[in-house]
Amino acid sequence: MSRQQVEMTVNGRVHAGEVEPRLTLVDFLREDCALTGTHTGCEQGVCGACTVLVDGEPMRSCLMFAVQADGAQVTTIEGIGGGREGLTPVQQAFMDNHGLQCGYCTPGFIVTVEAFLRDTPSPSDEQIREALSGNVCRCTGYQGIIAAVRQAADQLAAEARS
Amino acid sequence: MSAQTGGAARFVGASVKRREDPRLLTGGGQFVDDVQLPGMLHAAFVRSPLASARIASIDTQAALAVPGVVAIFTGADDFPRLPPWWPSEANVPAQHPLAIEDVRFVGDPVAIVIAESRYIAEDACELVDVAYEARTPIVDYRAAGEEGAPVVHAELGTNLVAEMASPPDPALEAAFAGSDHVFKETIKSHRYAAVPMETRGFVASWNKAGGELTVHMAGQAPHVARAYFALSLGLPEHAVRVIQRDVGGGFGQKAFQARDDMAVLHAAMRIDRPLKWIEDRQENLTAATHSRHEQITIEVGVNNDGLLQAIRLDHVLDAGAYPAMPAEADPGLVAAWFPGPYKVPHFGFRNVQYYTNTTARGPYRGPWLIETTVRETMLDIVARGIGMDPAEVRRRNSIQAADQPYQLHSGIVFDRVSPAETLEQAVEMAHYAQFREEQAAARAEGRLLGIGIASYIEPTAFGGGRSMGIEAATIRIEPSGKVTCLMGLGSYGHSVETTMAQVVADELGVAFEDVTIVQGDTASAPVGGGNLGSRSAVIGGAVAGMSARKARAKILDLAGHLMEAAPDDLELVDGVVSVKGSPASSMALTEITQVAYNGADRLPEGMEPGIEETTRWSAPFVTHSNATHVCMCEVDRNTGLVKLLDYVVSEDCGVMINPMVVEGQISGGVVQGIGGALLEHIPYDADGNPLAVNFKDYLLPVADLIPEIRIGHIVTPSDTPGGHKGAGEGGTIGGVAATVNAVADALAPLGVTITEQPLSPSRLLALIEQASA
Repeated sequence: MSRQQVEMTVNGRVHAGEVEPRLTLVDFLREDCALTGTHTGCEQGVCGACTVLVDGEPMRSCLMFAVQADGAQVTTIEGIGGGREGLTPVQQAFMDNHGLQCGYCTPGFIVTVEAFLRDTPSPSDEQIREALSGNVCRCTGYQGIIAAVRQAADQLAAEARS
Repeated sequence: MSAQTGGAARFVGASVKRREDPRLLTGGGQFVDDVQLPGMLHAAFVRSPLASARIASIDTQAALAVPGVVAIFTGADDFPRLPPWWPSEANVPAQHPLAIEDVRFVGDPVAIVIAESRYIAEDACELVDVAYEARTPIVDYRAAGEEGAPVVHAELGTNLVAEMASPPDPALEAAFAGSDHVFKETIKSHRYAAVPMETRGFVASWNKAGGELTVHMAGQAPHVARAYFALSLGLPEHAVRVIQRDVGGGFGQKAFQARDDMAVLHAAMRIDRPLKWIEDRQENLTAATHSRHEQITIEVGVNNDGLLQAIRLDHVLDAGAYPAMPAEADPGLVAAWFPGPYKVPHFGFRNVQYYTNTTARGPYRGPWLIETTVRETMLDIVARGIGMDPAEVRRRNSIQAADQPYQLHSGIVFDRVSPAETLEQAVEMAHYAQFREEQAAARAEGRLLGIGIASYIEPTAFGGGRSMGIEAATIRIEPSGKVTCLMGLGSYGHSVETTMAQVVADELGVAFEDVTIVQGDTASAPVGGGNLGSRSAVIGGAVAGMSARKARAKILDLAGHLMEAAPDDLELVDGVVSVKGSPASSMALTEITQVAYNGADRLPEGMEPGIEETTRWSAPFVTHSNATHVCMCEVDRNTGLVKLLDYVVSEDCGVMINPMVVEGQISGGVVQGIGGALLEHIPYDADGNPLAVNFKDYLLPVADLIPEIRIGHIVTPSDTPGGHKGAGEGGTIGGVAATVNAVADALAPLGVTITEQPLSPSRLLALIEQASA
């Protein structure tokens, strides 16, 4: 199969390589960039485990080819918190509210919620449930996740006011 | 609280935040698919597209010619057959890793292709040319025992797996004859699956020169897997190392090794490079285990006062082609525990299970939960039949504190359980009476509101001297004074790195931060039973505490010698040993460990250097937890859609190590129960094709379906060290029945009886239309 040149910025670092056109973005991130925090859950865009930001928008990286992200700015879970600054308010809220158990779906939830709260700073409970409904968690029963988003939203709103 | 707590109980009972979280929240977890080894190859399976066929020929030439394909193995390569998991009296067929001559379900592994990448392996799978001679499959388990039905395993000459029944009992017949009412229904449970978010997976690496096999896996019980691998592969047990770091759910499905798992390991041993197999979602829904496909015909004799007189069950179960559990397991649990939280004077049962040309039955969180679903849905049918409120029927029959110890017909004894108490707490938390008023008002407007109750007593942490009931913990106080606790658990989300550290920190008298739990690796941990059967808190917590107490005793002995004090006069708090009542006279734990490891000349006569203690403990036969669930819903009579309004759980899992973690287990379990009752289903067509093998067809519950789940606790400590009871499976066990009962209650004014799930909009709409026709 002919290979194609691809170059994208992932978490602020340029990754370039030659890939098969059929290589999915999630496989490119996991194998070629060695960023294994993004997980594959269903390979058809339903479960949301593989969600990453492409040019700021949450995308299912199992449904995109790497070549489609050529030239894009990609943010994975490795690019969100965890460094010297510690956890983001969203990540901290998941920890505070037991919003994760096995942690396999968690990166997809965190990426989704980070984008959601950026775009919807003061969400209603209804909006939170709706925003989360594109991601599947099999462990928590969603209780801790919903509570975490509420906490993070309230905290971010309070910070924005002050 | 544990009576023998060493230090003050500061951590046990507190909702300590999880140690596991920072890595999992930032992409730093290490799941099996994250393991990359130099030279690693990738496997993919060729699977049968037919439910029953003879394999006429397999041509691998074209596939082998694909650049990057390294090897292809088929049934002709003679991978040895699988040894049985447990001894069983049932009719059990030979199980080969790859199909030999016959395929017996859609998804049956026929060949394994090894290539430089998963992409290439899948390309090559398409080119493996298998000629099948199709046969008529047996798909319906209820017809599998009929004369002339196709036989799944010809060598057995029958589809019968096993049959068991209680002895004929004239008193049972007399009790039915003497009852004011006898109700009879056949209640069916449909086929669905555990569906962990991470599918099954292995990275196996065979070091031929060293004779060592290293297996990274998504599993639940590393030592159990190691023993099975060694037996299957003909290797000494110590030549196999099983490692599971983070595991993305399992719920029973990863507790056993299936044929395709073993094919991966056999293949890895025939090639000179590490081999990775990560199951894709379609494989997981097709070829990993399915669960819960069974039915029970139940007869209940009851008097006008609501008191139960007699119950008889006729249980028929679909084992699939290659069931994962021994035939005795689930039916045995149903038969032995069925009357559950209620006093039933007379009880009889019969169970029969059959092979079919479908995916294997395997364990899924509360594998015997049809016991609760059938009992609780039938109790509501009985209540409606005699015109009594379902809560009142339960109240009148419930086992009370004064009845305990209460012995069931099976010999099982209930003690230290609180079904009457959880019933009252749940009903109160649900504002039951108020809901009934709102329901009456809504019904007057033509709206369909419902409330459903389900109670159960759950056997957890099976012991009784068998491997699953025995666990060990090794506690090592390191030279620096830090504490390492090695355990044979296999967490797939259970938080044991946190909860076990809470127990150890309390029992030792050190800071939580100074304790680390190492588990999920057979090279470091003592032999243990892993995470299944709601056992990790009960059995793991007990041995972690026991080992910590031993280590603490040695620390105090040594400190007493060094401080010239009687050990009994010393206490260890926050990592400092001091004389009780005079804190000025003290030694830091690090000073003591320095002597233990680097100052043997200062040790008392006869004391071994170092501080490392192991306890191995055999748990009692079983530890019972119990709960009552209440679900409230509204059914839209125009669309058949169920809206869940509220959900309450009152539970008793004894002493909670970490209430946050317990509530997480309950909520997660409840939602799996709701999913099973309302959405999840893998139907088969008449030809034996599974019809829901991806997430577009297999519907899972998501956040907008789920109401707030409110949880109340009754704490009746068990008699095991620590007083804990299992909390892993109960949420699911009650979740199905409470949801079904809520929907049935909503539809009750229409005269509808629900005996089948899932309660999809189309099924409910059909019932509503039927009723109004």
